[in-house]
Amino acid sequence: MLRYIYADQLDQFPRLAHTMFRDRAVQFKDRLGWEVSVDYNGHERDEYDDMCPLYVIWELPDGTHGGSMRFLPTTGRTMVHDYFAHLTGGVHIESPLIWECTRFCISPRADDMRSCAAALVLGAGEVMRRFSLRHYIGVFDPRMARIYRLYGVSPDIIGQAGSGAGEICVGLWQMQDGAWAKTYARLGIEAATSDQWFKASLQTLNAKTPAQAETATGSDWCADIVSRHEHTQHPVF
Amino acid sequence: MSGALESIVNDLEQANTLEDFQRITENLRDYYKLDHFIYHWVNSVGERFGAGTYSTEWVDRYVEKDYLRMDPVILGALQRFHPLNWKDLDWSSKGAKAFLREAIEYGVGNQGLSIPVRGPSGQFALLSCNANTNDEAWAEFIDLNQQSLIIIAHKFNERALDFDTGFDNTIVNLSPRELSAMALLARGYSRSQAAHDLQISEHTLRVYVEGARHKLGALNTTHAVARALTKGLIVV
Repeated sequence: MLRYIYADQLDQFPRLAHTMFRDRAVQFKDRLGWEVSVDYNGHERDEYDDMCPLYVIWELPDGTHGGSMRFLPTTGRTMVHDYFAHLTGGVHIESPLIWECTRFCISPRADDMRSCAAALVLGAGEVMRRFSLRHYIGVFDPRMARIYRLYGVSPDIIGQAGSGAGEICVGLWQMQDGAWAKTYARLGIEAATSDQWFKASLQTLNAKTPAQAETATGSDWCADIVSRHEHTQHPVF
Repeated sequence: MSGALESIVNDLEQANTLEDFQRITENLRDYYKLDHFIYHWVNSVGERFGAGTYSTEWVDRYVEKDYLRMDPVILGALQRFHPLNWKDLDWSSKGAKAFLREAIEYGVGNQGLSIPVRGPSGQFALLSCNANTNDEAWAEFIDLNQQSLIIIAHKFNERALDFDTGFDNTIVNLSPRELSAMALLARGYSRSQAAHDLQISEHTLRVYVEGARHKLGALNTTHAVARALTKGLIVV
């Protein structure tokens, strides 16, 4: 099933989260050779994982990670802006209607990679439709382009740099109206199933209850937001 | 998108005082035919500023009871970046239920939508609107208006930040690509013609247009073209 989980709710799914960060290490470090850092747990994590992103995760029947991606709004910090602005010709892509999608990952354990990718396309579409977004932007490895094409989610490339293994692209995605039916068919599900999956995630889309929030450690991003507020003066109005 | 909404947004663009904000929330409430419309600047030390259509009695009550610390809408939005349908929030605690009952007694709608907005250095604001209606009607309202409300929420916050810093950022800097895209659209080119002219895909063109729309604080492409022309950024 598809799950929609904000970072601060991942601890409710330890197996799913552990296998997701492991699979990301396999895909981005081992297979694509990106300069990403992998911690002592074998987890590939970066600074954006600490900014309370939204993950869309395809869960395999055994409760492990089948595929995933990560979303952050372009009105805040994004990878494209922080590290790849030179690829977009200096255009700072920022709009509340455009979110950044990064770390599109498919698990080597997924025996049906096609339906796994279809599930992620569906999840991205649901997020776009329900939250009234227009586009996703993201950095990707051109070696993935063939795979994206195969799954019918070819991005529009708006910038690229480097060559060979070091080549990197910035792409744009949009969910075409015609893509929904194909995606349901690939997964062998009806729209109602997707709706059920989304509704089942309402709790992990919601903020933690106050009781839990109070016990949260100071290291997580959400606590950081609160502490930054404390130091900010608002002499407005 | 109607001209009436565009003129409210143009008004918002010029807003310089809390009174302006107040008038605009009232106009938006009337435009969308809702019960209430609120722009709310929040911080964790319990300070709140803003403008909105709630009764003085409810605002006083809210402040007196320090509801900011337990309001499920505020708590839910602090850590999230997607629009929040109030119905989907966690109202399970006894305190939250009592709070909602009381809010409704004071005229707050039973259905609501809140858009979280984050500015620089952890600044945080919320645009909320609500009405007394059923689930289906509210879902339909969201479906129809959520996107324009997201745009308006960010517009409110931009103006509020301007008050804050005293910096007038009505000077808009469009990138060369954004300018070319807008100029072609202003000349009446279709999207595909403009994309062809710029030798980019239509999809990419849409992103330049969206970027320009956001920078111009416009509601849609036509509105953005009009603004770019008014500001003299492009000439036809």
